[in-house]
Amino acid sequence: MATKAAENTNAPETAPDAVVVRFAGDSGDGMQLTGGQFTMSTALAGNDLATFPDFPAEIRAPQGTLFGVSAFQINFGSRSINTAGDAPDVLVAMNPAALKVNLAALKPGGLVIIDTGEFTKRNLDKAKYDVSPLDDDSLAKYDVLAFDISELTIEAVKPFGLGNKDALRSKNMWTLGLALWMFDRERGPVEDWLKSKFKSKPEIADANIAALNAGHAYGETAELSGPLKQLSVPPVPAEPGLYRTITGAEAVSLGLVAGAQLAELPMFFGGYPITPASAILHHLVRLKEYDVTTFQAEDEIAAICAAIGASYAGSLGITSSSGPGIALKGEAMGLAIMTELPLVIVNSQRGGPSTGLPTKTEQSDLYQAVYGRNGDAPMPVVSCRSPGDAFEAAIEACRIAVEYMTPVMLLTDGYIANAAEPWAVPDPDTFTPFPAKFLEKKNGPDDTLLPYKRDEKGARPWIKPGTPDLMHRIGGIEKQVDTGHIDYAPENHQAMTDARVAKVAGVKVPDQELSAGKAGGKLAVVGWGSTYGPIHQAVNRSIAKGMDVSHIHVRHICPMPANLGELLKGYDKVLVPEMNTGQFKTILRDAFLVDAQPLTKTSGQPFTIAELEAAIEGALS
Amino acid sequence: MNAPVKFETTLKDWETDQEVRWCPGCGDYAILKAVQRTLPQLGADPANTMFVSGIGCSSRFPYYMETYGFHTIHGRAPAFATGIKLANPDLDVWLVTGDGDGLSIGGNHMMHVLRRNVNMQIMLFNNEIYGLTKGQYSPTSREGTPSPSTPVGSVDRPANPAAFAIGAGARFVGRGFDVSKNLPDVLKAAHAHQGAAFIEIFQNCIVYNKDVFNDFAAPKGAGDNQLWLEHGKPMLFGDPKAGFDKGIALDRDTLQLKVVEAAEDNWEEAGVLVHDAKNRVLAHMLIEMPFGPFPMALGVIYDDPAPTFEAAVAGERAKATKGKVANLGKLLGSGQTWTVDASEGHPTD
Repeated sequence: MATKAAENTNAPETAPDAVVVRFAGDSGDGMQLTGGQFTMSTALAGNDLATFPDFPAEIRAPQGTLFGVSAFQINFGSRSINTAGDAPDVLVAMNPAALKVNLAALKPGGLVIIDTGEFTKRNLDKAKYDVSPLDDDSLAKYDVLAFDISELTIEAVKPFGLGNKDALRSKNMWTLGLALWMFDRERGPVEDWLKSKFKSKPEIADANIAALNAGHAYGETAELSGPLKQLSVPPVPAEPGLYRTITGAEAVSLGLVAGAQLAELPMFFGGYPITPASAILHHLVRLKEYDVTTFQAEDEIAAICAAIGASYAGSLGITSSSGPGIALKGEAMGLAIMTELPLVIVNSQRGGPSTGLPTKTEQSDLYQAVYGRNGDAPMPVVSCRSPGDAFEAAIEACRIAVEYMTPVMLLTDGYIANAAEPWAVPDPDTFTPFPAKFLEKKNGPDDTLLPYKRDEKGARPWIKPGTPDLMHRIGGIEKQVDTGHIDYAPENHQAMTDARVAKVAGVKVPDQELSAGKAGGKLAVVGWGSTYGPIHQAVNRSIAKGMDVSHIHVRHICPMPANLGELLKGYDKVLVPEMNTGQFKTILRDAFLVDAQPLTKTSGQPFTIAELEAAIEGALS
Repeated sequence: MNAPVKFETTLKDWETDQEVRWCPGCGDYAILKAVQRTLPQLGADPANTMFVSGIGCSSRFPYYMETYGFHTIHGRAPAFATGIKLANPDLDVWLVTGDGDGLSIGGNHMMHVLRRNVNMQIMLFNNEIYGLTKGQYSPTSREGTPSPSTPVGSVDRPANPAAFAIGAGARFVGRGFDVSKNLPDVLKAAHAHQGAAFIEIFQNCIVYNKDVFNDFAAPKGAGDNQLWLEHGKPMLFGDPKAGFDKGIALDRDTLQLKVVEAAEDNWEEAGVLVHDAKNRVLAHMLIEMPFGPFPMALGVIYDDPAPTFEAAVAGERAKATKGKVANLGKLLGSGQTWTVDASEGHPTD
């Protein structure tokens, strides 16, 4: 989604002016690096794009095995791109296992590039091939380009005196060079990147550049005829301005920094290593000049508790994790609700339950976000739909936390966290600040302090320790209305429960807008989070086919937009695609008594456009 | 950090208007008074002082102190306090916990706040029982402690809080007990120490574990049963009125402490050790002395300051931000970027 305008267009997006390439190899082959650099070159060439890194949970899975396959898919084109693409047009398979795992996804007639140097008996056995696929007709449906990339790489880097093992490490750059040639991309940025990455080992940088150039030259000199031919994908028309590629983890980090700056607060970030949330900690730790303090705690619980402590002391406390870590933080979230302190909790969702699928995506923590605490513990929940959107969603989470003195959950997921897309760099001068206010003098009658006296939004004052005369105590025991003293009285608990519920229910969120289609009609496809891309494409394609279908994508899960119920009631049918077993569907039914129907997927993979188109067709037939 | 300006306060200034809700006769009352008596002597500023606690009888403490206070969740007070100190290192933080809160559910956080050396005073009220939940045995209960969850006596071996603290890397370990007149001196030393100062305070739970510390805390026989340590002073004990008659010496053959006959005029010949609060090995031996053959080591057992966590974090920040200026617009537009000109790009609607 390069432009806002492109997102909102209802025009059909079916032109075949986009290409999907998947790089697949062993997890030690550097496929994520190859994909990342190819993404950068593609962005610099002015294509819109979306990516899907898909890698194993093991850091170094045994070489050559099926479960050790790491893949990186990119969809790019001269039109607006919303997803990483369904089926690849081009598959690069660096070994038999990578071919076996990924071949089924390749479009019939698609191009598969194979490194024959890895198709040894041993590797074929590991990939559970009885007969080499190069020797039977299993590749008959495809254009096959098989040659010994390993040997060609060794030849290319020979002048640098590397051993075979080190030489073969440059294989991914050879392949990248070929891919850059195929799509008419510049090599310059990759060379610059290699020189900076291997600054202290110039011979390694040179060897990699030689491999890159050799791969490029291999394509150019056309030593082979056949399927390999240069493709040129023209740039996407985009609104003028400055662009960059951004991953969801980067966007969340930048959004949190921007949010803290707009609140005019120092940021305190408490985290604990967990996949796929750690990337946020890694980004923020490098931004200390923005008044950011990061703290790698001893566990998930300490991470959120330290953030709450920092919020009490006057910082914007933030913590981040993934499902299992969020579960551990539940009790502390209740304390933040009870003590009414601002806090942002980022959940980068992954497949569950328990450890589940650490590196795969899912949206199955929605109930956990909305309901997952003891007691009546209401908390605003904001979700983001794409890497670029995560920036705005993070600012929104900070705004609600500070203006309403409440913890806020920001939902992202493993797909958004790792995926990259072009992002129109926003101008900070266009953001609306929401400066935090601290109580400076007693606020009650007769020179008294009322730490729980609420403003028109239902928020209590923020009182920074160290302020003279405003000493007060807070804690998890039920608070007395206004004074905040311990109070177990029945009518007090009723009043405070009601006040907490009313405060969150009253959080102002923008009215729900349509992403595609029109208000009212036969079918609304309602999504939240990272299903935005495939739903949007599928709905637009269906509209182009003449179907009466609209796309509604909800950012604010709690509270939901005030007009959402009425909007949904204007459709004959409501379909809710989710990467879980139907959690948002249940929430919509509960809130609005609408007959929302689920479309669920829990394979750890995003929806494909084709799946959604079929579901839309089914719902309308 | 201790407030450089000395504030004039009295004990009354540190009392809140809240009714104190511990059981009548609970040792917590004595500790509360000791703290409220100590703070005016330190010249502390109530507005700059904060008490942070977990859950349990001891953790009600903040409600009774006219300071900032945070009664948090079970076992996690050290984590909250760490966040508070990183957000505002100038606050004078006192952490209040118990044997269950600090060593059972919160043992992990206790270890980390000590090893990180976050500058605060940590008072662990050890009553060897779960009081607030009606008397179950705790991680410090002695073997054989009968309780509602161990009707025929507990079978676990107890944890030793001071040994845990020194093992976790604490740079200050002190001990006192609720009604001791020396407790304020231990608190003052802890406050003067820059870094995490761990104070184990033996506290009498008169309802569920009454007088369990009487063997050394009772006034009768106190001289023989208590070894009050002072840096640079010989480790003498016995009835001070009659002149000390015993001392702690090192058995050089077994590398263990031993009790020797000694008096104030001949302790050197008797080989009595002089307390060195910076000697970690000695501190560990004193903490582990089995009570009975030995007295209970009390006072400032170990006090050897090291750089604090907040200072290290601030130093790292200074290094990391050197020469860098915050510029949000520049940050957002960083990385590999490209520009679409008005001539190439055209709005799509």
